[in-house]
Amino acid sequence: MSEAEQTAVAEPQRIHVRRLDPAAIGAVMSREVANFKTFWKGTTFSSVLEPIVYLLAFGLGLGATIVGDVGGVPYVQFVGTGMVATAVIFSSVLPAMFGTFVKHHFQRTYDAILATPVDVEELVTAEMLWIGLRAGFYGSAPLLVTIGFGLDPAWGMLLVPVFAFVTACGFAAFGITVAASAEKIDQFNYVTTLAVTPLFLVAGTFFPIDGLPEGLQTLANLNPLYHLVELVRGGAFGFETVDIFHFGFLLVMALGMWRLAISRMQKRLID
Amino acid sequence: MSAPAIRLKQVVKTFGPITAVDGLDLEVPTGICLGLLGPNGAGKSTTMRLLTGQAIADSGSIDVLGHSLPSDGKRARAEMGVVPQLDNLDVDVTVEENLAVFARLYRVADVPDAVDRALELARLTDRRRDRVDELSGGMRRRLLLARGLVHEPRLVLLDEPTVGLDPQIRTQLWSLIDELRGQGVTILMSTHYIEEAERLADEVAVMTAGSIIARGRPADLVLEHAGRETAEIYAAPAALAEHRERAEAAGLRVRPAGPAIAVMGAERATDGLIPESAVRRAASLEDVFVLLTGEEAE
Ligand SMILES: Nc1ncnc2c1ncn2[C@@H]1O[C@H](COP(=O)(O)OP(=O)(O)OP(=O)(O)O)[C@@H](O)[C@H]1O
Ligand SMILES: [Mg+2]
Repeated sequence: MSEAEQTAVAEPQRIHVRRLDPAAIGAVMSREVANFKTFWKGTTFSSVLEPIVYLLAFGLGLGATIVGDVGGVPYVQFVGTGMVATAVIFSSVLPAMFGTFVKHHFQRTYDAILATPVDVEELVTAEMLWIGLRAGFYGSAPLLVTIGFGLDPAWGMLLVPVFAFVTACGFAAFGITVAASAEKIDQFNYVTTLAVTPLFLVAGTFFPIDGLPEGLQTLANLNPLYHLVELVRGGAFGFETVDIFHFGFLLVMALGMWRLAISRMQKRLID
Repeated sequence: MSAPAIRLKQVVKTFGPITAVDGLDLEVPTGICLGLLGPNGAGKSTTMRLLTGQAIADSGSIDVLGHSLPSDGKRARAEMGVVPQLDNLDVDVTVEENLAVFARLYRVADVPDAVDRALELARLTDRRRDRVDELSGGMRRRLLLARGLVHEPRLVLLDEPTVGLDPQIRTQLWSLIDELRGQGVTILMSTHYIEEAERLADEVAVMTAGSIIARGRPADLVLEHAGRETAEIYAAPAALAEHRERAEAAGLRVRPAGPAIAVMGAERATDGLIPESAVRRAASLEDVFVLLTGEEAE
């Protein structure tokens, strides 16, 4: 063994490793991007088509025949702005739940990633951010579609992707938490039926929640999607002071879910 | 003597009632290829996971390339390459994208250059733009190996690199691993194929039930545990039992070998102890493995 080799081993190389290293997070996200390139067309197609179908059915069907205006807003615009929330939850919780489970159990992707200088905190953060970005982007599609249905563009709408991103991060982290806690993929059915469906129905998307009994109204206030819907309508029709509270709620939810997802995944991925 | 690349001291790892690693002491000197030879469930993969920080030991200490685990696991992982037992490539994306993602995960400065080098190593340069699920089984395994080497690590963990592969693919991988050895990369390779260990390992550690029960150069291990010559005796079960009794009474070690028994240290047998019909051959690592682990070798 030569002198040079000896020192090489005795003094470990000082590699720049830090907590929540942006390089690690970026690398994990780059894997998602590479995979996304193989199916982005389908995602884009359904993200745009779905709100169109909904708006035709609800907005024009219901709006033209049964419901007129809601608080002075034509029903098609009321539903169209609210549909951002629907798009966000479906493009965040579901991919997070199924994607995480499949990558962990079937593709063993996380095994491969955690053998590199990346830890669970960075892995979960990257997965959450990626879904957040994607859902923030595609979640804003209903707003564009609604503009096509006659909604006047407003500067405030530029903030909608940000609101959608923060909400989606929270729901992505929730989905990752569910996946980390589930033993079998069928258990996701319970989450979809018991959590996702009520959340998107009682978010103020299809009807204003102030018409609900008081107990339900209080519950709806705990629904992140309700806060998102309020913010989107703020962006479209003018913000109010209370919107700061709505945004704060979403931020706190995202942060809390993020930490929870990390701790659940840590337990799941590290023996 | 320089610091070893890997040092495990009295490492214990349990999963509920199962003790997967049981007081393991193991040192891998820099620059050698150590074959970790053990039957199914011996704790080989668990040992590998302990070294990457994907499992945390209940007790004991682990150092990898001078980094203490689990606290410094990230630094250790930055300098080592891991080739898993089970294929976990991204099948929908291209060969080169698989490599590029790992080059980024390893924080390689020049990603395109690293990808080119890895492609060449895996002999997949002309398939770089193909999706992984279009590759043959052998190409996939070469890619899996090259992916773990994309950052030119000085330590490589190979967990059963050729398990379940057909002989031709196995030979391809062996020559790739041999190239690595030639470059002075330290290798820890788990396997339960005796031939693999014989072909590639400078030293072999026999692992069973979570700890190492024998360690040394293959030739030394053979001499120490199995002597020079092994005699395989084929006969009817009753006769075999009799031969076995007599050989053991004479102080020789005997193991089952399929339909036969193998008597080790046959060169020391007194006249008449071993029948004329027996097949005499040089003692092998397989003899040692079966003797020590009580398992039939593959
Ligand atoms: N995550 C886990 N949870 C529970 N038990 C585990 C876990 N990982 C390993 N074990 C158990 O620990 C023991 C050692 O397993 P390990 O995978 O390390 O063996 P191995 O030597 O790699 O075997 P093989 O040759 O089959 O790959 C086995 O009994 C296995 O069932
Ligand atoms: Mg194994």
